[in-house]
Amino acid sequence: MNDKPLPETLLPLEVDGVSFRHRGQTLLDDVSLRLGHSGKTVIMGPNGAGKSLLMRLCHGLLSPSAGSIRWADGKAASDPDVRGRQAMVFQRPVLLRRSALSNIRYPLALRGMRRQQRTQRALDALRHFGLAELADRPARVLSGGEQQRLALARAWALQPRILFLDEPTSALDPAATKAVEDAVRAFHAKGTRIVMNTHDLGQARRLADDVLFLCRGRVLEHTPAGRFFDTPSTPEAAAFIRGELVW
Amino acid sequence: MVDGNPFAKALELILGLDQVLVGIVTLSLQVSLTAVLTAALLGLPIGAAVALYRFPGRALVVTVLNALMGLPPVVAGLAVYLLLSRAGPLGSWGLLFTPTAMVIAQTMLVFPIIAALSRQVVEDLWEEYREQLQSLGASRLRAIPTLLWDARFSLLTGVLAGFGRASAEVGAVLIVGGNIDGVTRVMTTAIALETSKGNLPLALGLGIVLLFLVAMVNATAFLIGEGAKRRLG
Amino acid sequence: MVTRVRTLAGRIQLRALLVVIITLALTVPAQTGDRYITLASTTSTEQSGLFAHIIPRFREATGIDVRVVAVGTGQAFSIGRRGDADALLVHDPAGEEAFVADGYGSERRDVMYNYFIIVGPRTDPADIAGVENAVDAMSRIAGTRSAFASRGDDSGTHRAELRLWGLADIQPSGSWYRELGSGMGPTLNTAAGMDAYAVADRASWASFRNRQNLVLLFEGDDVLLNKYASVPVSPRRHPHVRHELALRWHRWLLSDQGQQAIAEFRVDGQAVFFPGAD
Repeated sequence: MNDKPLPETLLPLEVDGVSFRHRGQTLLDDVSLRLGHSGKTVIMGPNGAGKSLLMRLCHGLLSPSAGSIRWADGKAASDPDVRGRQAMVFQRPVLLRRSALSNIRYPLALRGMRRQQRTQRALDALRHFGLAELADRPARVLSGGEQQRLALARAWALQPRILFLDEPTSALDPAATKAVEDAVRAFHAKGTRIVMNTHDLGQARRLADDVLFLCRGRVLEHTPAGRFFDTPSTPEAAAFIRGELVW
Repeated sequence: MVDGNPFAKALELILGLDQVLVGIVTLSLQVSLTAVLTAALLGLPIGAAVALYRFPGRALVVTVLNALMGLPPVVAGLAVYLLLSRAGPLGSWGLLFTPTAMVIAQTMLVFPIIAALSRQVVEDLWEEYREQLQSLGASRLRAIPTLLWDARFSLLTGVLAGFGRASAEVGAVLIVGGNIDGVTRVMTTAIALETSKGNLPLALGLGIVLLFLVAMVNATAFLIGEGAKRRLG
Repeated sequence: MVTRVRTLAGRIQLRALLVVIITLALTVPAQTGDRYITLASTTSTEQSGLFAHIIPRFREATGIDVRVVAVGTGQAFSIGRRGDADALLVHDPAGEEAFVADGYGSERRDVMYNYFIIVGPRTDPADIAGVENAVDAMSRIAGTRSAFASRGDDSGTHRAELRLWGLADIQPSGSWYRELGSGMGPTLNTAAGMDAYAVADRASWASFRNRQNLVLLFEGDDVLLNKYASVPVSPRRHPHVRHELALRWHRWLLSDQGQQAIAEFRVDGQAVFFPGAD
């Protein structure tokens, strides 16, 4: 891993005819989509639509029951080169029982970075997210907002080409939510491809370049954000935007 | 007996720092701590591996590990005796009636406790950590030390339980150690010996000393664990 | 930075503890020197303190240490047969002869003797205190169905007790006859606890401290003779045994020096073993 920008060999991501079945239930059905080189994609949809599942499939945490997920040059999700250039921030970050600093150093060590470089990179990331003072604090005693920022800093240190965020603010107060949104913009400004799930319509409006609307395991819309919010093409999306109950 | 009070006897033994007693206490600690250390070095990663990997016969392995927690010390002792006896498969090592044989027997007793607990704790933790660790790029193999380290406070309890079992058992060490004066005599076998001599106050006094020692080891580990837990959340 | 210092302190503590444990572990005494033999012997000899008295004298004379594994005579034979001891000092003449005849022992020599005794509750319900001989005493115990605690562990004492029942033509059974499957000490503890009779060896009795109501009721019959013999384990069956060293022990026991050491041994001022080299 080095600090130079990586050559563009990861994106686009092609999801083709992907289904996911679990215990006889079809949770994702024939999903196809393409994620281009840049931008912030927000995945929306009612609970149980399969948003988190789709994200996990893209990130390679799960394998599809049918269909294919291909990165640039046809690379599979399991390709180590592909895995090493992604990061994901979860709804509830899992932090290790060690200091904030060590939490960031850990994945860098997994990538074989030298000890001294690890610490430097981790400190930079902490500083970037205003966590430098907490470097030696055990990660598990930080507040919820601080923990999520630490998770973002950990992703930051990995310098991913693409960042997945799975409802990163659903458990946070407004101040902490703003910090996360700022972080997303910072990642974007640095050229990181963003894919994010959210329930929060306001947040989607603030952040999305394009919206992927999922309902009952199917992709109903994938359009630029402006068009999605102004002229949704499916009744489900329209109802969802009006704040009605959709399932 | 003139001095029939076991508590007075225990106090006298502790304060008197009797040379023989010090030897017995030291050997007890050495044997049991070595056994626990060995069992932990084997049991923690093996338990974690069973937690993380799916393989044919896994359910059987888990069941056997859990069942072995109740292995009677005498049976463990007998197995090690037959193994190390000159007529047994490892007889040429000449280990019977040595402290090493006692360590082996106690390791057999402690290993299932530590491995079974490690399996349980790591499996629960893996449930919580799996996606995050996979996302960060940790393979299952690489996740093992990470999970063990994060579960260290829960695991410490299991290791202490193992130490309790090791230091309290008499059946195994008596058979494989032979209770040889000055060579393989430990607290529990000394207590058994004094009891059979009808020297009940002395036996009970030794028992109190043993209890005290085990309590000390537990308290030390507990305090360190609690302190670290408070700091690390 | 305060937290950092505290974390560091915690880490050092943990490390220190680990170092202590590992050091303790690594210093587990390995098998030291070759100048020792393993002797399988009986609980009676060990518990009386005889070995603590004579082994230092032997060590002084020869520089050889003796490690005593004290078990029942039956188990001592088994240890010897498996090659796990270099010599035996036991008290079951028939068993010893078989052990030598089967080629496990190189020879059997009488070393010392004492007498078995019959102990029982002070109240003596079977009234054996004044009887003529041991067989009579056993008959009375069985006849009155008085509680009797038997070793039941195939030890020399147990074998002697069974011999006595045989001489009295009695097959002991019933609720009064309790087979304990324990060593001499535990058997005496149990007998004291339930006011039972028991056959014991004099040495164990002399050093037994938990007598409660138990008293010595019968002694002095020649049929109660309890002979201890030394048997070195033969290198023909087990080439690895320390036969040379075991032979020196064997010969020392039979020598004037060894015999005198045995004669000098006292429990509470009382001789409990008598030299008896043949």
